[in-house]
Amino acid sequence: MESLIIILVGVLTTVAIYLVLSKNVVRVILGTAILSHAVHLLILSMGGLKLGTVPLLGEEAESYVDALPQALILTAIVISFAVTAFILVLAYRAYQELGTDNLGAMRGSDDE
Amino acid sequence: MMNNILVLPMLLPIIIGVVLIFLRTYGRIQAWISLTAMAVTAGISFYLLYAIQADGIIRLDFGGWEPPFGILFVADSFAVLLVLTSSIVTTICLSYALISTSKELQTMYFYPTVLFLAAGVNGSFLTGDLFNLFVCFEVMLLSSYVLLTLGNSKRQLREAIKYVSINIVSSWFFLVALAFLYGTVGTLNMAHVAERVAEVGQTPLLTTISIVFLVVFSLKAGLLLYFWLPGSYSSPPVVTSALFGALLTKVGVYALFRVFSLIFYHQPEITHTLIGVMAGLTLIGGSLGAIAFNDIRSIAAYNVIIAVGFMLAGLAISTPAAIEGAIYYFIHDMVAKALLFLLVGTMITLSGTSKMAGMSGLMKNYPLLGWSFFITMLSLAGIPPLSGFIGKVLIAGAAIDSGSYLLLALALISSIFVLYSLLRIFKNCFWGETIVSKEEQLPLRRGVLLPCLALVLLTIGIGLGIEGLAPYVATAAETLLDPGIYIDAVLGIIE
Repeated sequence: MESLIIILVGVLTTVAIYLVLSKNVVRVILGTAILSHAVHLLILSMGGLKLGTVPLLGEEAESYVDALPQALILTAIVISFAVTAFILVLAYRAYQELGTDNLGAMRGSDDE
Repeated sequence: MMNNILVLPMLLPIIIGVVLIFLRTYGRIQAWISLTAMAVTAGISFYLLYAIQADGIIRLDFGGWEPPFGILFVADSFAVLLVLTSSIVTTICLSYALISTSKELQTMYFYPTVLFLAAGVNGSFLTGDLFNLFVCFEVMLLSSYVLLTLGNSKRQLREAIKYVSINIVSSWFFLVALAFLYGTVGTLNMAHVAERVAEVGQTPLLTTISIVFLVVFSLKAGLLLYFWLPGSYSSPPVVTSALFGALLTKVGVYALFRVFSLIFYHQPEITHTLIGVMAGLTLIGGSLGAIAFNDIRSIAAYNVIIAVGFMLAGLAISTPAAIEGAIYYFIHDMVAKALLFLLVGTMITLSGTSKMAGMSGLMKNYPLLGWSFFITMLSLAGIPPLSGFIGKVLIAGAAIDSGSYLLLALALISSIFVLYSLLRIFKNCFWGETIVSKEEQLPLRRGVLLPCLALVLLTIGIGLGIEGLAPYVATAAETLLDPGIYIDAVLGIIE
């Protein structure tokens, strides 16, 4: 199960890197969103995947899922949500002001 | 529980920041409240520093969850020295904002955002948990995104997109490193990680993870991976760039010091050599940048990069003297960089241009500004008795003792480049023919120079009062060099 998830993480990361490297701002933002999903899956699989158990800590429990990665991912999801919201608004404002969504045109020149 | 006070340097700015959001239209009231909050934070950290010197490291387990199970704050002398300095510098920058900032900026949530930034910075210094470090980094970064875009000029928006994107990618690397570390050692409490790494030995896998951490923190600190820095530090308003120059890169440098002295110190021939090489290249790149530009804000931004290279040269050498020197330099650089950016910003406001060619003979009209800049220049170049001297001497001495002659040469030559780049500004902008007559000159608003003078006094004060600072820095260096002290303070009761 872990190997499957890791392959999925690899595929997502590949897709994300392809998007991040494009020149269109919206594609870059979508790329960063997928990038964060990939790493969340990575954290989840690092805690070990066990089927059909719950994160319950009892003295007699035979098996339980490590709850910490889930807590970590929850925090990371909230943060990436906030950052994605921010950069979307930023990209919109930048498009309004600069009149372009092409990163190549945002290099900046000396005459400013 | 006296150690509950430990949460205040992070909690106080957050609470006050939230309150200030509701006082949006009252710019001056916001300014005074935030000033008071940061001054109180500075007072608290001063008390903490004193308490640590007397009783050793203080820790606070949130919710009573004992380490390694809960999140905790750990205050050792190194962290608290930095909290103290950053709180003082933030207070002074806020007072500059109170005096000089335009009305629009004052009512656009500027002060709450600065307080959130301070909370993130202080939290990053104090936390004892790697994931919590990530969260505090994000608090700081989100505030910095907002601060960078406040003002809404085209250039700011353009630079903000680059800055935000690069930081999202570096945060992604941080999470990757955390995931692999958790998968390998099964804990994220710094002291616990350090203990486990020491037990199993730093295997090649752990060394690789440490290099991912190195990449993350280097991106944040501007160590070698500084390509994003000059643009984003030279576009926002004066106060914001002063805060960025003083605080943001320092948090990355702090994280490097913490991680590579507490956890990954078993393979110095790989990690510390790599840091040394990166520091050397940073010194070269920063020096070239500092003399290559005519825009005085870019020159100031490249000076930040040189300082980062210099501090990490101290970490690469990692002898007691080098670490002590780096800590002195850390404190000095926060004060001096804030001062440099405030002065440069004031010069730009007065002359209406950031190009050296557009300024000349400012000395005649604004002598106090000129001499403040002169002292800043000497302090950054490391001329005694100012604050930059002791750090440079200690690191240079340690480099000689450990035989790192290449780093020594680069560190000393970069100091000459710092001096030259600032001397160029001083000569072109302050000397020369005064192109603006006495009648035409923009009046320097009364009080604008007061925060700058406070920082000038601070840099002179640190230089002259080094004896008073020495015992605290010695304790901080001792803790950094002996991870056992930190680990015992965190896990002592359980083991």
